[in-house]
Amino acid sequence: MNVQGNPVAQHSAESYPIEFLAHTQLANCYQCGKCTAGCPVAARMDLAPNQLIRTVQLGQAASALRSQSIWECVSCQTCSTRCPKEVDCAAVMDALREISLAEGMVAPSQQPIVAFQQAFLDNIRRNGRLAELELIAQFKTAVFFRTGRLAFLFKDASLAPQLGKRKKLHFLPGKVRDRKVVERIFAKCSNRSDK
Amino acid sequence: MSRIGIFTCWCGENIARTVDVDDVAKQVSSLPGVRCSVNYKYMCSDPGQAMVREKIVSEKLDGVVVASCSPHMHLKTFRKAAQAAGLNPYLVEMANIREHCSWVHHDRAQATAKAVDIIRLSVEKVRNDAALEPIRVPVTRRALVIGGGVAGIQAALDIADAGYEVVMVEREPSIGGKMAGLSETFPTLDCSQCILTPRMVEVGQHPRIKLYSYSEVEAVEGFVGNFKITIRQKARYVDTAKCTGCGECWNVCPLKKNPSEFDFAMGMRPAIYIPFPQAVPARPVIDKKQCAKLIRNGCGLCEKKCKAEAINFKDQDKLVEEKVGTVVVATGYKLYNIAKEQDKAWLSGYGEYGYGRYKNVIDSLQFERLVSASGPTNGVLKRPSDGAIPKNVVFISCVGSRDNAKGLPYCSKICCMYTAKHAMLYKHKVHDGQAHVFYMDIRAGGKGYDEFVRRAIEQDGARYYRGRVSKITEENGKLIVRGTDTLAGVALTIEADLVVLAAAMRPADGIEELAQKLNIGYDEFGFLLESHPKLRPVETNTAGIFIAGACHAPKDIPESVAQASAAASKVQVMLAADELTREPEIAAINEQTCAACFTCVNTCPYHAIERTELRTGKGAFIKRTARVNPGLCMGCGTCVSVCPSKSADLQGFTEQQVYAMVESLA
Amino acid sequence: MNIGYYPGCALHGSSNDYEQSLRACLGALDVQLQEVKDWICCGATAAHALNHKLSLALPARNLALAEREGHKQLFAPCPLCSMQLLKVQKAMAGNGLRAELSQIVEADLRGDGQVLNLIQVFQTVGLDKLKTAVKEPLKSITAACYYGCLLTRPPEVVHFDDFEQPKSMEAVLAALGAKTVEWSYKTECCGAGMTMASEDTVLDLAHKILSNAAAHGANCVVVACPMCHVNLDMKQAAVEQRYNKKLGMVIYYLSDLVGLALGLSAEQLGVNRHFVTKA
Repeated sequence: MNVQGNPVAQHSAESYPIEFLAHTQLANCYQCGKCTAGCPVAARMDLAPNQLIRTVQLGQAASALRSQSIWECVSCQTCSTRCPKEVDCAAVMDALREISLAEGMVAPSQQPIVAFQQAFLDNIRRNGRLAELELIAQFKTAVFFRTGRLAFLFKDASLAPQLGKRKKLHFLPGKVRDRKVVERIFAKCSNRSDK
Repeated sequence: MSRIGIFTCWCGENIARTVDVDDVAKQVSSLPGVRCSVNYKYMCSDPGQAMVREKIVSEKLDGVVVASCSPHMHLKTFRKAAQAAGLNPYLVEMANIREHCSWVHHDRAQATAKAVDIIRLSVEKVRNDAALEPIRVPVTRRALVIGGGVAGIQAALDIADAGYEVVMVEREPSIGGKMAGLSETFPTLDCSQCILTPRMVEVGQHPRIKLYSYSEVEAVEGFVGNFKITIRQKARYVDTAKCTGCGECWNVCPLKKNPSEFDFAMGMRPAIYIPFPQAVPARPVIDKKQCAKLIRNGCGLCEKKCKAEAINFKDQDKLVEEKVGTVVVATGYKLYNIAKEQDKAWLSGYGEYGYGRYKNVIDSLQFERLVSASGPTNGVLKRPSDGAIPKNVVFISCVGSRDNAKGLPYCSKICCMYTAKHAMLYKHKVHDGQAHVFYMDIRAGGKGYDEFVRRAIEQDGARYYRGRVSKITEENGKLIVRGTDTLAGVALTIEADLVVLAAAMRPADGIEELAQKLNIGYDEFGFLLESHPKLRPVETNTAGIFIAGACHAPKDIPESVAQASAAASKVQVMLAADELTREPEIAAINEQTCAACFTCVNTCPYHAIERTELRTGKGAFIKRTARVNPGLCMGCGTCVSVCPSKSADLQGFTEQQVYAMVESLA
Repeated sequence: MNIGYYPGCALHGSSNDYEQSLRACLGALDVQLQEVKDWICCGATAAHALNHKLSLALPARNLALAEREGHKQLFAPCPLCSMQLLKVQKAMAGNGLRAELSQIVEADLRGDGQVLNLIQVFQTVGLDKLKTAVKEPLKSITAACYYGCLLTRPPEVVHFDDFEQPKSMEAVLAALGAKTVEWSYKTECCGAGMTMASEDTVLDLAHKILSNAAAHGANCVVVACPMCHVNLDMKQAAVEQRYNKKLGMVIYYLSDLVGLALGLSAEQLGVNRHFVTKA
């Protein structure tokens, strides 16, 4: 049988702290697939939720970490809620995302989503609360620089006047007075993924 | 002065490899009271036993210690040998120098020294042994069978055919259990009622079977060989002696729209009804919660119509007493409730499957009734909402079972097989229909079982998808089933006309109350506990009470029948003589010193101690005392440890003996 | 009635129509909202997706601030915010995490406050009281109540309603004299924060939700989440264009309908600021 790597070696030299971060035991998963069956975006994923867990069970977490799936996930919690073995699949997704970014293994096609989340975190670190226009600008430029898609810069631009008409655009959002404490919180929680 | 003989065994290499048996035999020969000490390679063999017998006679021994394996292995062997040589068998002790010594140690010198110590203990014990006699308990040579399903029927017939009277108590109006409602059974696809009803009739007509139908066990008193059972015969409001079963009453009853219990609400029945045409006894009952006459003194049509004058609206529950020697519990199962309401706090239903909301989501027993030739639709598979014939049916396995989150972690054993059967029955009835089965694993371990499942797939075209279903919704009369196939790694959605959920087997309602009445154990799911999972599958830890069928664990019909016959054979062993013999190593209470505080009565886990009085020959009161019932006591010693006046003691393990053993090591 | 109020970034951003609706409606019910001073972002999706510790610390800071101001009850109108706050409370139960988080967020944290979503605020006011306060029963409303993901999930964190067949929003609407429909997408995800990052996902999911609501006879959808509102309202035109389908479903905040039933005007409630308005 042609299997890459040794499927029995669950704790090879490159084992990742997925179970620790997710606070859940992956050996409990008996691959029933109910998570996949209820996932609203399963059709968009390269590896289905139960397959992601299977690769980690087999000691091949790299496949999961490089997948598009973990970034397509919308964190709707349906998988964890319905799992008959009480495996916290949604937390596993979070753990895989955190490690994937920290290890520089993000699937190229998913850069826009990652860029958005990173821009979001950067934004609230500096402002304490979300400054939307700043986020949009930062996000669009980041995507442009990472992918070279010019059209992306101008997508949804037509929404701006519509939002403005409805008084939903805030050029000077209310700021948090004690912003330094937010910086310090971020610093104390720093992990490798905010590099 | 004691005359004790010590017989030390080599057990081949098992003991001799680690313990220097020759040295041991030499050392123990100088223990006080020891008359002779010999050793031999296989003490339990014929020559070994002959040696024991010979020495008992030639040395006039009054006590024997066999230093060898665990008493669980050969205590009976050596007691028999002693008895054959004329020595009371309870003057034989075994010193375990194998399981407790040679098998668990490596150092030869230390193991040998320990073996000598172990034998020293046994010598002290045997020196203080009393020549006990086995206890004889009279036996009522009748059996009670609780439950009239296939297991209860099999057990009752076996016991009755062997010549003993059987009392059978069945909760429903008719015997037959769940099997009477099935359509066909795997792997032969026999018509279930066709193979069962002859047995049911046999029970109904058997000269030695007394059937109490529509009845329940109210109370249990007594002990093995001597049970007194109180049975509640629920009011039928029909005199079964006068009734001819003609059916005029249930035809004329105006209240016809009550969900039928036998059909699991797939069909209706009148307020006066017979559960199914082949019922045994073939006599109706009136449901007092629905009958207009019983609720508000209206109607009364059935009484007017009955030519046999068998209707009796003044009927009452009756309590009846029966004396039996043994009990077989065969109370069967119910299905896990898929809807939200549960009878245990740690269970929850499957809201995501829409059972109870969508009419066309049903469970497996409901499906059986829909395809059964004698069912509410006469065997035509009409779906509940509109009676249409479904062209796509989805069967979902493991509903409620193998599910830690919902509360039942075990496998329900029969569902893989009956789901394949359902897929096949469906195809045989609806030739252009498609069966879809969502499964996690296929458990088909019986004879011809795997081939049966493959037949469903390869010959009857059932589509099997490996995965669970996440959610079922209803759009435009179709059930949208969202599942997955993990083998292909895809989520897939099936539009079904009917969904059948294979719900887990659980023990029948009321099992815990019944088990407490009988003083037998049950696990956290309510399944009755066997004495030993490998070697005693039909006995319980309470002497005289046996179990058979699905009340013990999920199982299919062949296993239930086999277990029922096994229980029947155990019953026959017990009923074979007028007396039962029990080991005498039980508690005894010195009634002169007993202070009658009755702490022991309240602590005894077997309810084996009675409060009684000592009176003179002419009846004058002397004192109260506790007294052990030798038929029930299991010799656990709890009473000995709690008795404040040291009046309770354990025969064969007296306080004096135990202290003597402990002090001998000092 | 006074309750602590944690608006969250969306309500002070492009979902400020939700805040307008809340303030008008709850004001009319004499519920005073005391906004937590200097609250910070709860971390939303980005924190739990990229940094587990941060995803606990950010909401923890807000819990501590609310406790410091003496609020026994904290109303968070965005379910992502309320779920994160509840998640921190649960994570801290019975271990040393509370001390660690107090140190990180530089404020003492007890974690014993009650976190409320919008439906729970109405339940606290009392549905009977609500019913008697209704001036204009919503006879023309046949609503599909849309709960989205995080009002009822994860059930062991939020402990709110039946997570497969919730009925709490329907009960509020019943008190307002409105009709509701039983439909199949009550708790199916709308795509949440993917609006900008993966518009495709949102359009696909929003399309399914809106179509099913219409198929079951609803003439509007009611939500209690700003992200759900954006995905179903602001993105509805894009859905119609992509799938070539006219939907015309007004998406009401629950507070919109309560306010309208109490006799407030659409302008007061900010209903006219939605993208899809009544024809």
